[in-house]
Amino acid sequence: MNIHEYQAKEILAGYGVKIAEGGLAYSVVEAVQRAREIDGDVWVVKAQIHSGARGKAGGIKVCKTHAEVEKAAEDLLGKKLVTHQTGPAGKICSRLYIEAGTHIAKEMYLSFMIDRVSERVIMIGSAEGGMEIEKLAVTNPEAIIKIYVEPAVGLQDFQARKMAFALGIDPAQLNHAVKTIKGCYRALRDLDANILEINPLVITANNDLIALDAKMVFDENALFRRHRIAELRDNTQVDQREVAAGEAGLSYVGLDGDIGCMINGAGLAMATMDMIKLAGGEPANFLDVGGVASAERTEKAFRLVLADANVKAMLVNIFAGINRCDWIAEGVVQAVKNIDMKIPLVVRLSGTNVEEGRRIIADSGLPIITADTLAEAAEKVVRARNEVAAKKA
Amino acid sequence: MAILINEKTRIIVQGFTGRIGTFHAQEMIDYGSNVVGGVTPGKGGQTHLGLPVFNTVREAVEQAGAEASIVFVPPAFAADSIMEAADAGIKYCVSITDGIPTQDMMTVKNFLRRFPKEERMLLTGPNCAGTISPGRAMLGIMPGHIYIRGNIGVVGRSGTLGYEAADQMRALGIGISTSVGIGGDPIPGSSHRDILERLEQDPETKVALMIGEIGGPQEVEAGKFAKENMSKPLVAYIAGLTAPEGRRMGHAGAIISSAGESAAEKVAMLKELGVTICPTPSLMGQTVAEVLARL
Repeated sequence: MNIHEYQAKEILAGYGVKIAEGGLAYSVVEAVQRAREIDGDVWVVKAQIHSGARGKAGGIKVCKTHAEVEKAAEDLLGKKLVTHQTGPAGKICSRLYIEAGTHIAKEMYLSFMIDRVSERVIMIGSAEGGMEIEKLAVTNPEAIIKIYVEPAVGLQDFQARKMAFALGIDPAQLNHAVKTIKGCYRALRDLDANILEINPLVITANNDLIALDAKMVFDENALFRRHRIAELRDNTQVDQREVAAGEAGLSYVGLDGDIGCMINGAGLAMATMDMIKLAGGEPANFLDVGGVASAERTEKAFRLVLADANVKAMLVNIFAGINRCDWIAEGVVQAVKNIDMKIPLVVRLSGTNVEEGRRIIADSGLPIITADTLAEAAEKVVRARNEVAAKKA
Repeated sequence: MAILINEKTRIIVQGFTGRIGTFHAQEMIDYGSNVVGGVTPGKGGQTHLGLPVFNTVREAVEQAGAEASIVFVPPAFAADSIMEAADAGIKYCVSITDGIPTQDMMTVKNFLRRFPKEERMLLTGPNCAGTISPGRAMLGIMPGHIYIRGNIGVVGRSGTLGYEAADQMRALGIGISTSVGIGGDPIPGSSHRDILERLEQDPETKVALMIGEIGGPQEVEAGKFAKENMSKPLVAYIAGLTAPEGRRMGHAGAIISSAGESAAEKVAMLKELGVTICPTPSLMGQTVAEVLARL
């Protein structure tokens, strides 16, 4: 789960990380008020959306007067910002963070994440901050320092010092740097975050070490024990279909194609989407209905898939293990009737009680296209989609 | 031979008396697995499905000779159950539980590494369908009837995609020595490579099939292992050609976050390592048949 920059900064401040003075605003009036409360002659108005690279998308504005803050807030609130991370749909900005301007002497990069290869927390730093670490990894890999943390003992002071020296931090700042680095590590561990990134970590003209930006990503599987983190969820930053799916206990990812999918199991779902693509179609979504798909759940899944107006044909592919094909078939028949489905539907059933499942589909009298194999199912749904598209044209 | 489990393996169920544990324990017994009891703390001394219930895994090991366990405990408590099994001397543990926090798995793996290698419990999963040696024993939640006994060793992250592969092979009359689900989580108990090592040593297994997906480095590592250490051919399919970057596709581990993690990149690297790639998921059975025919 992603959170906003201001939320990550509030969390890190509680762990001893210094941040610039700032305040949250939901309206233009509030934005100006926040700027008035913050001393100084430069303010930065920062769009709070769940994405990096906000600067390039015009989401970060440096202002020299309160009038400029007002103008920036007017420009940003309610606007959709498109970055390479948001995809073409963009993300709506409904909160602003107004921060005191910082005179930057030096920019650095610092991050922590759970590394799948070593199965440990890895700390990554670079004295060259401000740019994307992925690009730096290509252009100048030697400039990146990696330090692994032994899980049983946690991050040690000497490791934090090693990182601080590698970042080129002034010896006068060493103690604070160690406190900052260890604070970040504790925040990641205590709160079940998978990623914590400060880019840039800066030394100011006053020789202060502060986190100028902050990103934290949390483990969805651990939210049951991190209630205060779970409350930070902002559903305006997530595809609304995914929100609805989450509430129904389904796993859904919206995509740009026009063939709707309902499949059981994440791997089979990905494989089925691959087959659709290989057959010349484009999937509209990833949807895993999970282990036991009751009739009610099946209908919810159908409604979710069909809520996407782009969908021209739909494919159901179920390999019943714990499930039974006859239960699935009954659910499908009921869903098609209740929803009064207008677009072509291809159903492929396999596994436990498959004959009975197929008989229920056949006996329903509904115009459901059936398929026996994965390849046949993908070909039939792409053909059905093409016929619909041809009719419309 | 098969690997990990056979008809003699003495199995216990952790989370035995719960709804899910009960259902699958019965399915495993019906399949012919040698289930010798189960563990539910506080219910020790009772009888469930005609078998003894123990308070601790250690009691199950000492009194029922348990060698393997399967964990159906809810996510918040699953890591603890896995570590209890390792501590009690269980040799092989399957964790079915989906949704275990990543940092809990980090703790589990760290705990397991403290045992000397020869005494260390092997863990597969979490978030998997389990392991089956067809015709001998099932330690999982798969539909046993779609698997026939034979000489293909299978390792995969996904449950239903594994069923699909077994079904395609069965349609061609090809059977399986052992099929192992390693699960879809970012930190799995065992990797593809760990299982390939064992399949390589199994005299019954002639060809290995790896069913991978997007995210993480482990398919390519397995490919490197096969090139350097395996005499048996390796066939692979990688799911997720259409998956967008940075989005979690159901499995917590199925997220493309850095270079080399997309399906296309993995396929290219595996091809270079001499692995035979299934061009589509509907050709897993066919590709295995072709490789088998060349032996």
